[in-house]
Amino acid sequence: MTFALVGNQNSGKTTLFNSLTGSNQHVGNFPGVTVDQKTGRIRGTRDCYVVDLPGIYSIRPYSGEEIVTRDFILNEKPDGIINIVDATNIERNLYLTLQLLELHVPMVLALNMMDEVRGNGGTIDIKGLSKQLGIPVVPISAAKNEGITELTDTAVSAAKHRTYPAVIDFCPSSAVHRCIHAVSHLIEDHAQKLGIPARFAATKLIEGDDTFAEKMGLNQNELEMIEHSVIEMERESGLDRNAALADMRYSFIEGVCAKTVIKCSESKEHIRSVRIDNLLTHKYLALPMFLGIMLLVFWLTFGVIGSFLSNLLSAGIDWLTGTVDSGLTAYDINTVIHSLIIDGIFSGVGSVLSFIPIIVTLFFFLSILEDTGYMARVAFVMDKLLRKLGLSGRSFVPMLVGFGCSVPAVMSARTLSSERDRKMTIFLIPFMSCSAKIPIYAVFTAAFFSRNQALVMAGLYISGIVLAVAMSLLMKNTIFRGNPVPFVMELPNYRLPSLKSVALLIWEKARDFLQRAFTVIFVATLIIWFLRTFDIRLNVVTDSSKSLLAMIGQAIAPVFTPLGFGDWRAATSLVTGFTAKEAVVSTMGVLMGTSVSDLKNALGTLFTPLTALSFLVFTLLYTPCVAAVTTIRKELGSRLMTVGIIVLQCMIAWIAAFAVYQAGRLFI
Amino acid sequence: MTLDRLPIGKTATIINVGGAGALRLRLLDMGIIPRTKVCIRKVAPMGDPMEIRLRGYELTIRMDDARKIEVESCGDGA
Repeated sequence: MTFALVGNQNSGKTTLFNSLTGSNQHVGNFPGVTVDQKTGRIRGTRDCYVVDLPGIYSIRPYSGEEIVTRDFILNEKPDGIINIVDATNIERNLYLTLQLLELHVPMVLALNMMDEVRGNGGTIDIKGLSKQLGIPVVPISAAKNEGITELTDTAVSAAKHRTYPAVIDFCPSSAVHRCIHAVSHLIEDHAQKLGIPARFAATKLIEGDDTFAEKMGLNQNELEMIEHSVIEMERESGLDRNAALADMRYSFIEGVCAKTVIKCSESKEHIRSVRIDNLLTHKYLALPMFLGIMLLVFWLTFGVIGSFLSNLLSAGIDWLTGTVDSGLTAYDINTVIHSLIIDGIFSGVGSVLSFIPIIVTLFFFLSILEDTGYMARVAFVMDKLLRKLGLSGRSFVPMLVGFGCSVPAVMSARTLSSERDRKMTIFLIPFMSCSAKIPIYAVFTAAFFSRNQALVMAGLYISGIVLAVAMSLLMKNTIFRGNPVPFVMELPNYRLPSLKSVALLIWEKARDFLQRAFTVIFVATLIIWFLRTFDIRLNVVTDSSKSLLAMIGQAIAPVFTPLGFGDWRAATSLVTGFTAKEAVVSTMGVLMGTSVSDLKNALGTLFTPLTALSFLVFTLLYTPCVAAVTTIRKELGSRLMTVGIIVLQCMIAWIAAFAVYQAGRLFI
Repeated sequence: MTLDRLPIGKTATIINVGGAGALRLRLLDMGIIPRTKVCIRKVAPMGDPMEIRLRGYELTIRMDDARKIEVESCGDGA
């Protein structure tokens, strides 16, 4: 049996899903869209599965999430719906419930956060609510794991006995009532043929859902009759069709709540939220507080915890590499195999694994910020700034994370509710100079701009941001033209995050990255190893300037001549930078025949200050590393767009470096 | 009067919800419909968007969108 878990955002849906399934979860994508489809077996059952549908407020065919939910229920025909409702915000949550009831599928209402309602002296008449809505209602607390077994039992029993919702008529006798009934009657046959509930089809047609009218194959005469009764209804009620339907649902809900809900005056949680907000969204303190929180997260991630874990991990890898290395030497293994294992596999996997501590730590903090409700406040505070770029406040954090590492930044764009915003944000993230580029900047600025080191570095970061702004303005008026998704966002009460949810999210992100690390990224590092180790006749090279990689470098070097650094060693370093940006510096060291610490002296023979600056601008902007590219590929769900990003970034990098070099030559 | 003109802390009753397309439907779905009471909580540090309270929860909407909602003032508090 399959159940669909449906509910509003911030209703505790993910927490309930985790409580229901434990850790037997499988994450996939809904066909055609990059919306997570999580499925899990319900604990204590043998063959009951629950699918976590996206958090939505209504079933309208406007956002990807809403379409996914509607199509899943209509096409996949789950055996039952578990509708989670936030009891502390019951009025608005029931709005979705009424729409779900129209779908005529066995359904159970999970009334979440009942502990909070009771704790504040409120009560909800469960039996009364169940009677009014015509479906079983189970009070639960997902966070405290209360009522979960009862919920499972009720859901399974409703599905097994095919208990359909008893009440689907929420219109008191009014103009809307007459209209809905007239239309349902008219289209009953068509709906039956398609297997769609007539009442649901009728409301969709009244709402003016044209795709639905087409799908039902209504003739001109029928369409005119529907339009006629809708106009009649609009005239009588004094509201247009959409407002009239919303008004009908909310009026019904108000009636239900008046009979069953006794609210407390103001909940403790809300008072606490208002207090926290007085600080975090304060007129003057909001921005400094936000910057402070983000700096703390960055410092902890890249400085304290991340680097500690990174060092621990690399110490482990070094130890293992050393042991294997001496073992291979002791047994006198063929040098090529030796090099494959040590220089190819170990160093490749090692450099990829070094991302893991950063991803884990960053997602730990980001998911806490998200689950507490702070991210919604960040969006509230930053919206005005980001709107100028055609985005909403929600995009700010993923872009900020991009300064640390593009991989988690692109992953965290997943929290954006609109597909358009998500894509645009992912397009912009590569412009945020990631922390792996710092070693390149450090070596070059120390070699050529020792007096203005900080200034040049800051200049690079700012150039990236300026280009991102220019890019977003361009995209806003070209490929991402059209209306951004409306920014009408709930500001939920602050809540303590559930550690279990945080842990599961981290595990999911880390596992997802590891899967890619050992497939695509691993292959990419092996290819680079192969190119570096062999010459054109497949002999092992002794002189690094004879390798296949050097040949590629020589072949593409002329491309960089107009930028001032047409040397094959620079070109080769840039190619290896695709595996990881740190590799640019280490490759250059190898090719120049010096250690990285002496590199800054050796660079003087290859670059002038001007060509060095041009090179830095190029590294700032050219293609993201392979780890970032595979993440982008996954999140965009499109190979074409991913290749587009790589080509675009390389072109922008070339043009920018060209401009810097040629402009510089005029002055020097 | 439109919602964006309502002072902070004041409550008003919605008379008409304008706008078009996805935005208007989203407003209606969130419970912004005629006869509903709303209260202005605060305005974001950069002067936009605003935070409103209705039906027992908080919502943020942009000034441009609030301009499309017609209200009638009815006193203090929520």
